[in-house]
Amino acid sequence: MWNSFGFEFINFYFIPGLVLGCIYALGAIGITLTFSILRFANFAHGETMMTGAYLTWTVMAICSGVLGFAVHPLVAAVPATLLVVLLFLVTDRYFYKPFRQADTIKVVMASFGMMLIIRSAVQVIWGPNQLTFVPGIAKPNAYLKDWSGSIDFLLLIPNKHLFIFVGTIAFMMALSYLLNKTRIGKAMRAVSDSPDLAHVTGINVDQVIRATWIVGGACAMAAGVFLAMDIQMLETTMGFRMLLPMFAAAILGGIGKPYGAVLGGLVIGLAEELSAYPWIGDGPLLSPGYKTGVAFAIMVVMLIVRPQGLFKGRSF
Amino acid sequence: MSKPILSLNSLRAGYGQTEILHDLSMFVQPNEIVAVIGPNGAGKSTAIKSVLGLLNISQGSVELHGEVITNTPAAKVVELGISYVPQNQNVFVNLSVKENLEMGAWTRPIGIPERLNDMYALFPDLAEKRNQTAGSLSGGQRQMVAMAKALMVDAKILLLDEPTAGLSPKYRSEIFETIQKIKNTGVPVLIVEQNAKQALAVSDRGYVLVDGANRHTGTGVDLLADREIARMFLGGGH
Repeated sequence: MWNSFGFEFINFYFIPGLVLGCIYALGAIGITLTFSILRFANFAHGETMMTGAYLTWTVMAICSGVLGFAVHPLVAAVPATLLVVLLFLVTDRYFYKPFRQADTIKVVMASFGMMLIIRSAVQVIWGPNQLTFVPGIAKPNAYLKDWSGSIDFLLLIPNKHLFIFVGTIAFMMALSYLLNKTRIGKAMRAVSDSPDLAHVTGINVDQVIRATWIVGGACAMAAGVFLAMDIQMLETTMGFRMLLPMFAAAILGGIGKPYGAVLGGLVIGLAEELSAYPWIGDGPLLSPGYKTGVAFAIMVVMLIVRPQGLFKGRSF
Repeated sequence: MSKPILSLNSLRAGYGQTEILHDLSMFVQPNEIVAVIGPNGAGKSTAIKSVLGLLNISQGSVELHGEVITNTPAAKVVELGISYVPQNQNVFVNLSVKENLEMGAWTRPIGIPERLNDMYALFPDLAEKRNQTAGSLSGGQRQMVAMAKALMVDAKILLLDEPTAGLSPKYRSEIFETIQKIKNTGVPVLIVEQNAKQALAVSDRGYVLVDGANRHTGTGVDLLADREIARMFLGGGH
């Protein structure tokens, strides 16, 4: 049973789907937080992921080229995250803050402009061509391979995927702690609930907005680095391509529901990968080229059937 | 007459270019409940919102303990000790009762556990529901959460905007009883009400607002006994 069906399904469809789902989930958290607290759909979110990956690559390049030692992407991501968060806070102060009282559509358009600005800036600095993030073929984790092989349940999971799983779980736990146990996290939920009430309660809404950018930025950053680790290369359109599935994940989970966004991300990621499994006959059910279409279809169906999402978020 | 805690002096105020309050003066002294009644559109809620800096005051002043706080932003006003419970959406529905109260204490983050206990003592219903989301409570209980949340800042004065709107008679009475309890803890209350009779019955003084200015002023008992006011605002004569 395992050898004929399960092995191929788990290793070549389910695990990659889960990896993709983790990346979508982390990205969707930022989108859903921005949507519920700052009240606009942030089109520049994918570009943040992309910038984070480029900055991480740069830190790695500086370490190996100038300082003479190689660092793991997850280590290099730490200083890169600080830079991205700083960038976020500066753009919020000088770009988004003047729009605070403006109509939502104006802010959305502004974020669209920010998306183009960021991508162009990255193309100017790093060039428009693909860059290799981590060279070589990712081999399956040997220990896991031997152990799972010995119980006749062979798993071929490269280290990069294990890092992505562990990293995503760590982020979820940190986020859950932040939102439920800390003062600023509870205030973020309060502002998401009702900005007007938060205002007359005396909550410092500006501080909450800054916290939102920091949390959303850190999650986007992780998503970007994980994506680069997974596909092992960088290109300036990598973030934009994630935008639709991430929005689909946020909507699926319910706007304003971070846990919903996580669940939505996993569902979309799995659905995209599993749609290419040969469920009927020998060929893939759907050509992998239609992956994004799957996310789009789920989003459209969800908006028609249950616009408030699985977790009863805000509907518009 | 003791010195007023809060006073509104000849206010002209409104939203944008539209002036709603034309010449409004009122004050609240320590240890009293003051009711503001009047027909719809008289500017009752606007009067409260002007204190919170939620609309533009073009003339006149708002004073807290004799200090001018006209057009101070809401967050700052709350910090100064003026607590406000809006009429609608006055609790964070996705937060638990306890979290709502904690948010109420945002501007005064020290000693929260003690004040939580004070509130549970004042609102016993809330103590057992502390871990439920505010959205899962009934309208009356939500109003209790909203008031408790507002009191978490060691309020110098509590402003309530139509606290009994849409509530059942049972909860209405309970809310008015609670307002008296709050007064007895030393926090004066300014209350805007549609249920004028009940409001005046528990109030020390009342203001009748018409067209953005105060038309009548008097003790709660006097206003209740006034035939003209009864005919015009209390729904039928005696």
